[in-house]
Amino acid sequence: MSPGSREGLAVTLDAIGTVAIVAGVLLTLVASIGLLSLPDVLSRMHAATKPQVVGLLLVVIGGALHLRTSVDVWMLVLVGAFQLVTAPVTAHVVGRLAHRGDGVRRDLLYVDELVDTRDGADPGPDRPEPDEPDVEDPDVPAPRGGWTEGS
Amino acid sequence: MSTLPALLDAVLVVSLVLLGISAVLVVVRLLRGPTGLDRLVALDVLVAEFLCGLVAYAALTGDSALVPVVVAISLVGFLGSTTVARFVRRGTDR
Amino acid sequence: MSGGRGNGPTPPDTTGLLRRAVPVVWLVLVWVLLWGTFSWANVLGGLVVALVVLVVFPLPPAPGRSWLRPGPALRTLRRFVADLVVSSLQVAWQSLEALRPGRPIRSSVVAVRLESSSEFVMAMAVEILSLVPGSLVIEARPEERTLYAHVLGADDAEAVAAFRAQVARLEADLVEALGRPQAAGAPSEEIP
Repeated sequence: MSPGSREGLAVTLDAIGTVAIVAGVLLTLVASIGLLSLPDVLSRMHAATKPQVVGLLLVVIGGALHLRTSVDVWMLVLVGAFQLVTAPVTAHVVGRLAHRGDGVRRDLLYVDELVDTRDGADPGPDRPEPDEPDVEDPDVPAPRGGWTEGS
Repeated sequence: MSTLPALLDAVLVVSLVLLGISAVLVVVRLLRGPTGLDRLVALDVLVAEFLCGLVAYAALTGDSALVPVVVAISLVGFLGSTTVARFVRRGTDR
Repeated sequence: MSGGRGNGPTPPDTTGLLRRAVPVVWLVLVWVLLWGTFSWANVLGGLVVALVVLVVFPLPPAPGRSWLRPGPALRTLRRFVADLVVSSLQVAWQSLEALRPGRPIRSSVVAVRLESSSEFVMAMAVEILSLVPGSLVIEARPEERTLYAHVLGADDAEAVAAFRAQVARLEADLVEALGRPQAAGAPSEEIP
């Protein structure tokens, strides 16, 4: 009712928004560290998902709580929705290329069930060809037998 | 009660600084990345951090003129990274 | 198609029309949100743009999709958000852990065969798995109902089995939320 309580509400929303922004920024910072520390492209992409999806969503929520005018809030909602729709597309394209090319360190894979199951349309270039020996690691159970029937 | 908004502003400034530090880390990966895909992923993250920075700055100043910019960049960034992925593929095919 | 009209289980005309109207409504909504203000001029402009876009680039039909069930859909959404938070923290921890010199983190590429034959369920599962940090779908083959995911930190059989269980639970949630595919689209479901 009184202008005082209204101001209190505004400050509370600002505080919640700031907490959300800080959480998103901290996740982004750790993800950037992960981008440097993780060993190959596919692993780094997991770190990259955080600022792209979780971090940005948190920051957008925080920004919406700060701005609070309907135009801005709806536009920020759209930004979040676009990000949710488009991030998996990029991740899928890049991830598939990384697995076909040299973007994955196969010695660090515990099991790779995608090797050797390619259909005839695209025969060669994505196998870890003869320059790389077949035996990858002593504790890999099935060397490259493709995926098993166990669900 | 009047100290709390000032504190919140200070926290926002600190988070902008943290975003800057993470952007520097990402640029290191961008310059060092052995393959083109590394650079592509790093560039995507850089765009996301830029968006975060814009939203945080808008929250700090209350200036909502930047919000349409955020919308536009989020769309263009997606188009850019999927397009570049096609070219990167040519480069790494052996 | 032209058999007994009106006494079939689903009247084809209205559902077909409704299905074609759904993307129009979404596009108009996005258009209005982009303009930021609700006015009839915006709605009309959005309608024109949506119709032109859908005529020039027609969407493929989504076979056998029924309406969303609110209860299970909300539960799926809740679990998705919980997954997002938990695995973000997990990947954050793994990124910091990888800073220490020593053995680098190991991962797996896991093949998961889905029970459901619906491509829509598969697409939603791929979308959700890719959004969550820690799992990344690198190949999806609808004709084999199989998706291949890179799982960060899955370095033993237990972790791989845990990921398979997670996908199975997600798929069951989605099937429940989206309803079974109808007989018109795909062969019937084998989920009880």
